[in-house]
Amino acid sequence: MEPTIYASLEDVTLSFGENVILKNCNLKIVRGAITCIVGLSGAGKSTILRLLDGLIEPSSGHVYVDGHDLCHTPERKLVELRQKTSLAFQFAALLDSLTIGENVGLPLREHTALSDEKIRHIVDDALESVGLRHIYDSLPNELSGGMLKRAGFARAIVTRPELVLYDEPTTGLDPIVTNLITDTIIRLRQKLDGTAVVISHDLHSIFRMADYVAMLFEGAIIAYGPREEIRTSSNPFVQQFLTGNEVGPIPV
Amino acid sequence: MGILERFGEKTIAFLEYLGGIISLIGETIRSLVHAQIRYAETFVQSYELGIGSLLIVLLTSLFTGMVISLESAQQAVQYGIGSLVGGAVTYTSVRELGPMLTAVVVAGRVGSAIAAEIGSMVVTEQIDALRSMGLSPVRFLVVPRLLALAIMLPLLTIFADIISIVGGMWIAQAYAHINPASFISSARQAVGFDDVVKGLFKSFIFACIIAFVGCYQGLSTRGGAAGVGRATTSAVVISIILIFGTNFIMSYFLFGGH
Ligand SMILES: Nc1ncnc2c1ncn2[C@@H]1O[C@H](COP(=O)(O)OP(=O)(O)OP(=O)(O)O)[C@@H](O)[C@H]1O
Ligand SMILES: [Mg+2]
Repeated sequence: MEPTIYASLEDVTLSFGENVILKNCNLKIVRGAITCIVGLSGAGKSTILRLLDGLIEPSSGHVYVDGHDLCHTPERKLVELRQKTSLAFQFAALLDSLTIGENVGLPLREHTALSDEKIRHIVDDALESVGLRHIYDSLPNELSGGMLKRAGFARAIVTRPELVLYDEPTTGLDPIVTNLITDTIIRLRQKLDGTAVVISHDLHSIFRMADYVAMLFEGAIIAYGPREEIRTSSNPFVQQFLTGNEVGPIPV
Repeated sequence: MGILERFGEKTIAFLEYLGGIISLIGETIRSLVHAQIRYAETFVQSYELGIGSLLIVLLTSLFTGMVISLESAQQAVQYGIGSLVGGAVTYTSVRELGPMLTAVVVAGRVGSAIAAEIGSMVVTEQIDALRSMGLSPVRFLVVPRLLALAIMLPLLTIFADIISIVGGMWIAQAYAHINPASFISSARQAVGFDDVVKGLFKSFIFACIIAFVGCYQGLSTRGGAAGVGRATTSAVVISIILIFGTNFIMSYFLFGGH
């Protein structure tokens, strides 16, 4: 059966001033699957997630999520659409005026009619699933970077969104927590039949969780396919990236 | 040629600024109309803003009332019209200095804090996080701050008016032996209830200026910690200029005709 597409970038070009980040970039995100995006630091991976969340607009081209074209859509409409999507930010981006518990529970408090008790319960579960306990009442500035990142992760999954965008969810975390987070991503996908896009540099966890892998290089997706296809790809760029070789077509 | 080009650039930048502020105001009004108000946050903001600004507002108005009284009492007693001092102090306080000084003090204290807080939320992606969660930063941040200012600035102005009149009365008595009873009766003659209301209307407009400029500068922050600094400074500078400008225009229309 042909997989259905949940979201896509079509001929997206994006530049900041003179600086062209994405050039005629095409990418398809399969519904109900985990798509991992790999690429060099500064290649524009986070930028792709921001496009998929409608936080920025491409200079040209289109971004579709669940059949909606996010370009030229007024912010008011986007605010509505974004309730089905969530983004776990690379640097957590928790609101520093709220406690961790309030941060993680915020989307539930704002978008659902659940009781405080129920929300507390869901938030505790979400924090538990990323190995964080007893920090419900801590403020973000009292926690380490890794703890913040995990709390940001918990906030992104707490509403059970249809599409979750994870920006380097495991970077900078210890191996045990990395496994825990990878498991959580896999479990959420299976349980909720949700769609996920994960940016990661961690090849081990990529090949554990990915259904599809896309490689971003110089503003475009130069390789895309099911995980095994990419793992055994003869594409010299992919080969060099996976082996971490300094010699090859990717200039260091 | 160079000058023309630069003039054009400045004009475009100004129009962009104007457009930005207008769309911010539009979105805020839409939130208010739909009653999308976070009451708890509004209360917290009002409390902090009001309590935090009270002392400095009281001090500046006290000394202002005293100095007006000092200057006018000196002149008035010389010309034998000491009974008019109460009117002079009350008149200037209620119509002009009370609303203006309070607004300037609050612009320096609160407008800057709003711009700095929102600006640092921009550079740490907290604003994007709000948008990403499907929450409007306008409803979440701008509306509570606007309401807090619109409630508290007129209240602070009332305190400022009172303390400045009391300070003036004290100096008039201590320095020119004008007794409080004659000070008050002169004040009553000079200033009507409508003057007080007009003064408070002014301070309501100033509150809107401080809130919108502070929030707009914060939301349009670019470029790290230095950007937050720039946003903060320009929030204060722009709102103070606008306060002085609109004060003149409002005085002209509210008081000028009569
Ligand atoms: N707001 C911005 N203004 C100007 N340039 C930007 C902006 N945001 C991103 N860039 C540029 O876009 C490029 C891609 O940034 P992005 O954050 O998407 O990289 P990335 O692939 O996520 O890198 P990393 O793996 O280090 O997180 C970078 O070169 C960066 O300098
Ligand atoms: Mg990134």
